[in-house]
Amino acid sequence: MQAKTSAALPQSYVGTRTVRPDGVDKVTGRARFGADFNLPGQLVGRVLRSPHAHARILSIDTSKAERLPGVKAVVTRDDFPDQSSEFIPAGEMMMNYRDVVRNVMAREKALYEGHAVAAVAATSTAVARRALKLIDVQYEVLPHVIDVVDAMKPEAPLLHEDLYTAGVEPKPERPSNIAKRVEIGHGDIEAGFARADVIVEREFSTQPVHQGYIEPHAALASVSEDGAVELWCTTQGHFIVRAHCARLLGLDIGKVRVTASEIGGGFGGKTVVYLEPLAVALSRKAKRPVKLVMSREEVFKASGPTSGARIKVKLGATKAGKFTGAFAELKYQAGAFQGSPVQPGTMCAFAPYDIEHVKVIGYDVVSNRPKVAAYRAPGAPISEFAVESVVDELAKKLEIDPVELRLQNAAREGTKAAYGPKFGPIGLIDTLHAVEKTNHYTTPLEEWQGRGVASGFWFNIGGETCASLTVNEDGTVSLMAGTPDIGGLRASLAMVAADELGVPYDKVRPIIGDTGSVGYNFLTGGSRSAFSGSMAVVEAAKQIKADLCTRAAKLWELAPDQVAFENGHVKPVGDTNGRHKPVSVADLAKVAGKTGGPIGGVGRINAQGAGPSFGTHLVDVEVDPETGRVTILRYTMAQDAGRAIHPSYVEGQYQGGAAQGIGWALNEEYIYGADGKLQNAGFLDYRMPVASDVPMIDAIIVEVPNPRHPYGVRGVGETPIVPPMAAIANAIENATGIRFTELPMSPPKVLKALKERGLNGVKA
Amino acid sequence: MAKHHVTATVNGDAVEFLCETEETLLDVLRDTLHLTGSKEGCSSGDCGACSVTLDGRLVCSCLVLGCEVAGRSIETIEGMATGETLHPLQQKFLEHAALQCGICTPGFLVASKALLERDPDPTETEIRYWLAGNLCRCTGYDKIIKAVMDAAAEMRTS
Repeated sequence: MQAKTSAALPQSYVGTRTVRPDGVDKVTGRARFGADFNLPGQLVGRVLRSPHAHARILSIDTSKAERLPGVKAVVTRDDFPDQSSEFIPAGEMMMNYRDVVRNVMAREKALYEGHAVAAVAATSTAVARRALKLIDVQYEVLPHVIDVVDAMKPEAPLLHEDLYTAGVEPKPERPSNIAKRVEIGHGDIEAGFARADVIVEREFSTQPVHQGYIEPHAALASVSEDGAVELWCTTQGHFIVRAHCARLLGLDIGKVRVTASEIGGGFGGKTVVYLEPLAVALSRKAKRPVKLVMSREEVFKASGPTSGARIKVKLGATKAGKFTGAFAELKYQAGAFQGSPVQPGTMCAFAPYDIEHVKVIGYDVVSNRPKVAAYRAPGAPISEFAVESVVDELAKKLEIDPVELRLQNAAREGTKAAYGPKFGPIGLIDTLHAVEKTNHYTTPLEEWQGRGVASGFWFNIGGETCASLTVNEDGTVSLMAGTPDIGGLRASLAMVAADELGVPYDKVRPIIGDTGSVGYNFLTGGSRSAFSGSMAVVEAAKQIKADLCTRAAKLWELAPDQVAFENGHVKPVGDTNGRHKPVSVADLAKVAGKTGGPIGGVGRINAQGAGPSFGTHLVDVEVDPETGRVTILRYTMAQDAGRAIHPSYVEGQYQGGAAQGIGWALNEEYIYGADGKLQNAGFLDYRMPVASDVPMIDAIIVEVPNPRHPYGVRGVGETPIVPPMAAIANAIENATGIRFTELPMSPPKVLKALKERGLNGVKA
Repeated sequence: MAKHHVTATVNGDAVEFLCETEETLLDVLRDTLHLTGSKEGCSSGDCGACSVTLDGRLVCSCLVLGCEVAGRSIETIEGMATGETLHPLQQKFLEHAALQCGICTPGFLVASKALLERDPDPTETEIRYWLAGNLCRCTGYDKIIKAVMDAAAEMRTS
């Protein structure tokens, strides 16, 4: 826990376990999250939502609600101008404003149960609730479709009459629920399979799972008479919220100031807007602040889970274990609007392996469910679950150890990835060796216990990022970043700033600036915030160091090249070495007014070179033959971080992703009734892992430096959720001999499979 | 209907407030008393983010009505530190990086404190089951459990 010291470098915080600067606020209840903001004169907002899975909206009469005393504003589709069709990047997914405007407020049709139809702002919760009841919406209820395979049938109820499958030639004659077909790969898969001695072919299904952040969506908007907008909300990207609100409501971006509250979890689910444009629209009408907070039921019904899917995988190998050909077909639910993560799903499916002949086809399919949102490595956990299950089955057939089979085929530096480019230095092999070397891998198991392994991949992204550093007059440093800190970002950036400027860590105070205080930042997502943010901080520090050198050179009447910045000090170098005592950042800060004014730097970058992160998970399970319950006995995971800035928060990302994967594998799913309504919209029935469901999770940090980052950093946040589902399925197979291909592997499903084989009963 | 007039003790201070019948203790704490450290994650008692103690007993404040607390003593996260000194649990949560986003942290701290007051030396399993009423989606619980065990060990020796 001590900061590392060496003679050359008096301090290096990077790589140590500092206490986060925002920590005290978060353990004392002082930190302000989305719902913790309030303003004088604030109104209570409430949203009216569709009770139907699919219905045409014939009319909306808000007149009675508007007349109710205490109601200050009502908004409907009429308050949001229609948008033209235009696809724009949204995190790691794509979005279309024509769809966004329809998702935030239903237009022609309500497309899922919970779809927003109107919103009110009133002087109290009671009045707001009464007002919702007074809004008269006439629906023509339409047949709905929930399942992805049903939605693809020609006779399926059509969600969008103008949706023609993209990516097929010629253009289909009829509209359908299949928004898009995508294909990636290289080589000739038929030739590949012809060379195989063993082929495994399987079908899989997964259910939609929710990101499950504990903090519901919340937004507080205040629009003044001159049209200036102030907005406080919980989001992964306040600059994205600003852009969306400006676009949807016809506002100048410069007039919209968005402050990101502390964010109570996001995992991709807070990269889109739901309440924010409604709050702004209501406040604009009411000319008073309006606060909207979702209930948990609303979060489940009206915010994005990730896709459920049907997947086919075919993988061939020689007797010696070399993969010869690979094929997969992915059908991903997008929810009510197109834009499932099927594209990254196709690209990630076989990414961990070096395969000459590979092809993956994906379909993006709409159905009457909430529109999916990004969820941690969007798309990858689904396709890689299927592929990693098949790899395990192949290992069993070939009688090769599953880690050895992966090592034989593992992608390494120079491998041409299934999705196109050649990998630079990557750490997959290192993670396989790391788990193989643990005593976990060789500890004997008992009856009904099984062990499974699986690997995973995610790209990671960089992107537009700004961060500023200001050296204050006493030598302390103010750091401003613009990507919400969702799990230790401020600590990581402060450590990098301290190292770069050679100042003590506790003299750097990092904050997350609002959209008016710092330059444009893309959102916190894609495992990019520590990667890109630290690059921006390095750039800002570079400017400061150059400036300080210039100032010192002037003071000493030396040429600029006769001074250098070292260990937090400017000192004379070369011939002049030793002529003056080195001056510290703090010393120069004291005389800033006399040497050129305020000292600061701003990093404005479009970060490139995000290195992919690979991971391998190892899990032991025990299956109870009486109830079908699967218990996670032991969990070890290794992942490449490039360089861990703060090892504890890297481990935390690993462990958290694994736990979410455990929930995805064993319990979590959206359950719909025949009426198209969600039956488990609460934490009691949507069962996320609790502390007693999981063991300690041993997180091994592998460090294969990313050559394109000044400290070697790779993003780490998403890869951890990729391997768990297959690792657990493989472990259950190892325990029972039964290959489960449907998630979640919940007790009823496991018990049924045991019963079918006469394996159930009380454990001896 | 007229509001209820309630007097109670919150973190050692006498408070009085008016509340509607249907308002929960969590509503009162957050909206009336402006103690927003207790969080609303579900309002159905499933997430534990609103954990407080009521006369020393751990409860979800979203499942208690405001008018039920008349004459009773409530402890919230805001009362956990003493002056400038953090409670050992708070300190250990920081040292172990037992929080990522931090939304569940107040609930975990209040629940953990209630556990250690009943049992100063719980096993890992006992801690896991005691905290099974608190959801954390970020950490996988590993560092939370370690922080509680470490805090318990420190409190036993002090």
